[in-house]
Amino acid sequence: MLSAHLPAFIIVLPLMAGPLCVISRHSFISWLIALLINIVVVFMSVAIFFQVSDEGVIRYALGGWAAPTGIEYYIDTLNATLLVLITIISLCTLVYSLPAVDREVAKHRHYLFYTGWMLCLTGLLGIVITGDAFNVFVFLEISSLSMYMLIALGSERRQALMASFRYLMMGSIGASFILIGIGFLYAATGTLNMIGLAESIPNVSDSRTVLVAFSFITLGLLIKAAVFPVYSWLPNAYQYAPTAVTAFLAGTVTKVSLYIFLRFFFQMFGSDYSFGKLLLGEVLLPLSVIGFFVMSLVAVFQTDIRRILAYSSIAQVGYIMAAMSMATHEGVAAAVVHIINHAFVKAALFVAVGCILYRLGNAQVTSMGNLIRLMPWTTSAFIVAGLSLIGVPLTAGFVSKWNLVNAAIDIGWWSIVAMVLISSLLAIVYIGKVIEAFYFQSASEEVSNGNRAIKDPPLMMLIPLWTLIIISVYIGINGSVVVDIANVAAQQLLNGFGVSLETVNTVVTGSSK
Amino acid sequence: MKYLALYNYWIVVIIMMAGFYIMIARHNLVKKIIGLGLFQTGIFYFYVSLGKVDGGTAPIFVESLEAQATVYSNPLPHVLILTAIVVGVATMAMGLALIVRIYEKYDSIEEDEIKAIERQHWQENNGEFGISLTAPPTASS
Repeated sequence: MLSAHLPAFIIVLPLMAGPLCVISRHSFISWLIALLINIVVVFMSVAIFFQVSDEGVIRYALGGWAAPTGIEYYIDTLNATLLVLITIISLCTLVYSLPAVDREVAKHRHYLFYTGWMLCLTGLLGIVITGDAFNVFVFLEISSLSMYMLIALGSERRQALMASFRYLMMGSIGASFILIGIGFLYAATGTLNMIGLAESIPNVSDSRTVLVAFSFITLGLLIKAAVFPVYSWLPNAYQYAPTAVTAFLAGTVTKVSLYIFLRFFFQMFGSDYSFGKLLLGEVLLPLSVIGFFVMSLVAVFQTDIRRILAYSSIAQVGYIMAAMSMATHEGVAAAVVHIINHAFVKAALFVAVGCILYRLGNAQVTSMGNLIRLMPWTTSAFIVAGLSLIGVPLTAGFVSKWNLVNAAIDIGWWSIVAMVLISSLLAIVYIGKVIEAFYFQSASEEVSNGNRAIKDPPLMMLIPLWTLIIISVYIGINGSVVVDIANVAAQQLLNGFGVSLETVNTVVTGSSK
Repeated sequence: MKYLALYNYWIVVIIMMAGFYIMIARHNLVKKIIGLGLFQTGIFYFYVSLGKVDGGTAPIFVESLEAQATVYSNPLPHVLILTAIVVGVATMAMGLALIVRIYEKYDSIEEDEIKAIERQHWQENNGEFGISLTAPPTASS
C-alpha cells in the first residue's frame, strides 16, 4: 500500500535528505543524495498526478488522524500539477547547480547549500500539498528560511548578504501577517482545515474578525508573491543569489505564493466573498496593471541581464494577478496557465544567464558581444526562452498571453488588453536589447583578448537548460496540455471544495499497515 | 469600559506596532531584528490570549467528578504558537548570523553606511551617472 502514502513520502523524503547532506559533509556526496532524492520525488509527484487525474481528489490524513482532529493533505488537479512543476524545476536546476555552485559558492559550504536546497524543496512541496491553513504558514517559513540561507551563500559578492537580509525582513513581515490572519480565522471559525474554513466562513462572513483576517492574509501574500508595491526584496535577491538558486527561486517561490492566493481566495474564502463582496479584484487590478507596465519599463533600463529578468518577473506576477482579479473561469484558468508556463520559462532564462556567467564572469549586457558565435547553444536557448517571455507564437508565452487576452476580452476589459499588448512591446525591447548584443555588438575587450576560453558550458549545464526549453516549447506547440489542466483546476477552484469536512470515509487514513 | 475589558488585545496591538515601527524607522540592523522579535512576540501574545478561557484551567483530562465540571482553556492556539515561536527563533538566528557576516564584509551594521559604501562602489564601476537610468542596485527598497 505504498502508493496510498505517497503524499506523506513526498514531504518526508526531502526533509530527511537535508540532515543526510549535513552528515555527509562532502560536496559531491551531498549533491548526489539531493539528486537521488529529487529524482525519486519527481516520480512520486508524477504518480500522484496520475492518481489524481484517474481517481479524483486525494485526501490524506496525516498519521491516521482524520480531518477535524489532524492535519490533512488535500490534493486536486491544481496542486498535483504544481507538485510536478516544482519537482521538475528543482531537478533541472539541481543538475545544473553542480558545476555552477562549484564556481559560485565556497567549497566548504557546498554541503550546506544542498541541505538548504532540500529543505526549501520540502517547504515548497509542503505549501502546495497541505490542506491545513496553519500548516501552510509552517511550510512557508521552512522554504523561506532555507531560501534566505541559499541567497546568502552567494556571498562571494557581499551584496548577497544585504539582499538576503532585506528578503528576511520583508519575508518575515509577510509571513507574520499571514500568521495573524490565520489566527483571526481560527478565532472566528474554530477550525484550521481549509475545507472546514470554507464551510464556516460564509456563516461568519459579516464579522469584522474575518474581514481583518482577510486583509492580513492578502497583504502577507502580496509581499510573498512580490506584487507591485511590495516587491523591493526581489531584484537584489535575484541578482546576487547563486545562479542555480535564482533559477529555482524564480521558477517556484513566487509561483507557490500565487498558488496560496488562488487556494485561499477562490476556494477557502470563496470568490463570492473575496471578489464579489470585498472587491479584491478592484484592489488587485490597478496594482497588477501598474506592476506589469512599470516593471517592464524599468526592466528596459537595466544593464545586468539578471536584473532585467528580475524586473520582468515582477511584471509577469502582474499578469498573473491581473488574470486572477477577473475572477471568472477564463481568468483563473489563464492565471494557472501563466503560473505554469512562466515557471519553466523564467527558470530556463536564469539557467541560461548562469551558463553565460559561468564562462564570462559577468552578466552585463555590454559584454555580451559576439556570444552567438562563441556560445551558440546557450544563447539560442536564451533567445527561445526570451521569445516566450515576449509571447511569440509557438512558444509557451504565447499560450498564456492568448488565454489572458481572451479572458479579458470575454468580460470586455479592452483597456487591459491594450495594456497587456503594450507591455509585451516593452518585453520586446528588453529582451531584444540582449539578443541584439548577442548578434551585433562587437566582442567586449575581455572576450576578444582571449583571456578566458569562451565556449558553451559543460553538458551538465546545457542538458537541464535544454530540458526546460523543450518543455516550454512543447507547451507552446501543444498548448492544450496545460490549458486543459488549467480549465479543470479553475473549475475546481471556483466550485469550492465540493466535499465536507466530515466525510471521513473517503479519507485515506495513514494508519493502515 | 467595553474596550478596556479587551486589554489583552490592546497590549498585542501596542507591542506589535512598536516592533513594526522599530523595523521601519531604525537603520541599525540589530535594532531591526529586535523590532522583528517584538513584532512576532506580539503575535505570540495574540495567539496565547486567544486560547485562554475565563476561569479555565490547563486542558488535562482527569477522570474524577469534580475535574469534569472544570472549564478548560483551548490548548490548540497554544500548541500552534509553540511552532511559531520555534520559527521565530530560527528567523532571528538566521538574521543575526547574516548580520555577523555583513559586519565582516562591510565593517558596519548601519544600513545607511552600507548603502553609501555600495553607492560609492557602484559609481567607481559605472562612472558618475553610469549607463543605467535607475538608482544604483542597493539604493532601492
